[in-house]
Amino acid sequence: MALTREQMAMRVARELEDGFYVNLGIGIPTLVANYIPDGMDVMLQSENGLLGMGRFPTEEELDADMINAGKQTVTARPGAAIFSSAESFAMIRGGHVDLTVLGAFEVDQNGNIASWMVPGKLIKGMGGAMDLVAGAENIICTMTHASKHGESKLLEACTLPLTGAGCINRVLTDLAYMEIKDGTFILKERAPGVSVEEIIEKTAGKLVVPDNVPEMTFAEG
Amino acid sequence: MAGFDKRVASYEEAMQGIESGMTVIAGGFGLCGIPENLIAEIKRLGVKDLTVVSNNCGVDGFGLGLLLEDRQIRKILASYVGENAMFEQQMLNDEIEVVLTPQGTLAEKMRAGGAGIPAFYTATGYGTPIGEGKEVREFNGRPHILEESVTGDFAIVKGWKADWYGNVVYRHTAQNFNPMAATAGRITVVEVEEIVEPGELDPAQIHTPGIYVDRLIQGTFEKRIEKRTVRS
Repeated sequence: MALTREQMAMRVARELEDGFYVNLGIGIPTLVANYIPDGMDVMLQSENGLLGMGRFPTEEELDADMINAGKQTVTARPGAAIFSSAESFAMIRGGHVDLTVLGAFEVDQNGNIASWMVPGKLIKGMGGAMDLVAGAENIICTMTHASKHGESKLLEACTLPLTGAGCINRVLTDLAYMEIKDGTFILKERAPGVSVEEIIEKTAGKLVVPDNVPEMTFAEG
Repeated sequence: MAGFDKRVASYEEAMQGIESGMTVIAGGFGLCGIPENLIAEIKRLGVKDLTVVSNNCGVDGFGLGLLLEDRQIRKILASYVGENAMFEQQMLNDEIEVVLTPQGTLAEKMRAGGAGIPAFYTATGYGTPIGEGKEVREFNGRPHILEESVTGDFAIVKGWKADWYGNVVYRHTAQNFNPMAATAGRITVVEVEEIVEPGELDPAQIHTPGIYVDRLIQGTFEKRIEKRTVRS
């Protein structure tokens, strides 16, 4: 079975460490915040200028001056800091954020990522994605392994305009967890019940398959 | 002291001197911390062919979206413009030139522009369409692209509190692009929720020192919420 969005978020959350500053993109990455292990302290960075994003507000706490990078109303947790957009991207570009999680349309075996533009379709902009991929050393890309029509999104070379070049080293799809190194994908884990053969079939880029590829495990419920 | 009193009596006076063809740098992220009354005044004045530098372009009927209604914006530098049907239409019709700019690069263009640094190298955008045609130089074994800074004829800024001297503090994440915008205008106009007596603000807590501010006005704000999200 392919992983659900929630299971993908759970798997990414296992890469968190106590004391990490983390930037979570929109979509599945946002869900990772729901699976921070008990007893672990993680600070969420929001690129509009907030370090220490808290929960969504109650009706009473709702404040138009308090939003996240997805423009949702949020709160600041104890220990939070608020600053300008220039300061925020100094943190990002300067490599001070410990982990960045973001989505993508395509990733290739050389660590290139395409996530912001499909030619011929309406272009809304890259927001902070190009700065995030250029600045972070530790990025996990979350995406579906193949399109609805079965076309692989893990390619020899991205076909869409890039968001960043040579910057992705870890990818979690609904089928597999992979690393990217020396121009190849390396299969590290597979989703429960998904065969190595299926992953090979749906990976267009060069893929190294070790002798033992463990299945991911998830607690019941 | 009068020489440092930045207060003006009306929005008309606040935006005096703005002309068609000028460049306007605006603070704000989405609809958060936008100079909503200064934007409304630009609409009222009807100046055209503006170049606007702002992270976003408002929504239909609010914020910078107001300036689209009478086609007052000719060109915009922004990182994300997807919240606005009128914008999409004008973009598809080539009525507005859009220079999509990575968000951190946009913030740095304003910051550097205001700080007298005409250009800077960044790894952001290298190898992407944003880097095409730009000078590339390697530092520490990594390619970077040269990005030019921006300055404006006007900067329009939304603060929380300010004293007469134009020392400004921002509230929560309504800070965003406002401090950089404030440094990058030839004429910087700040509107705030409250103007206080000099001495009331802690000098060590000032976000934008008054030296950057030319005109100051107190307004009332709608503060529209773009994505209202609450927990139950």
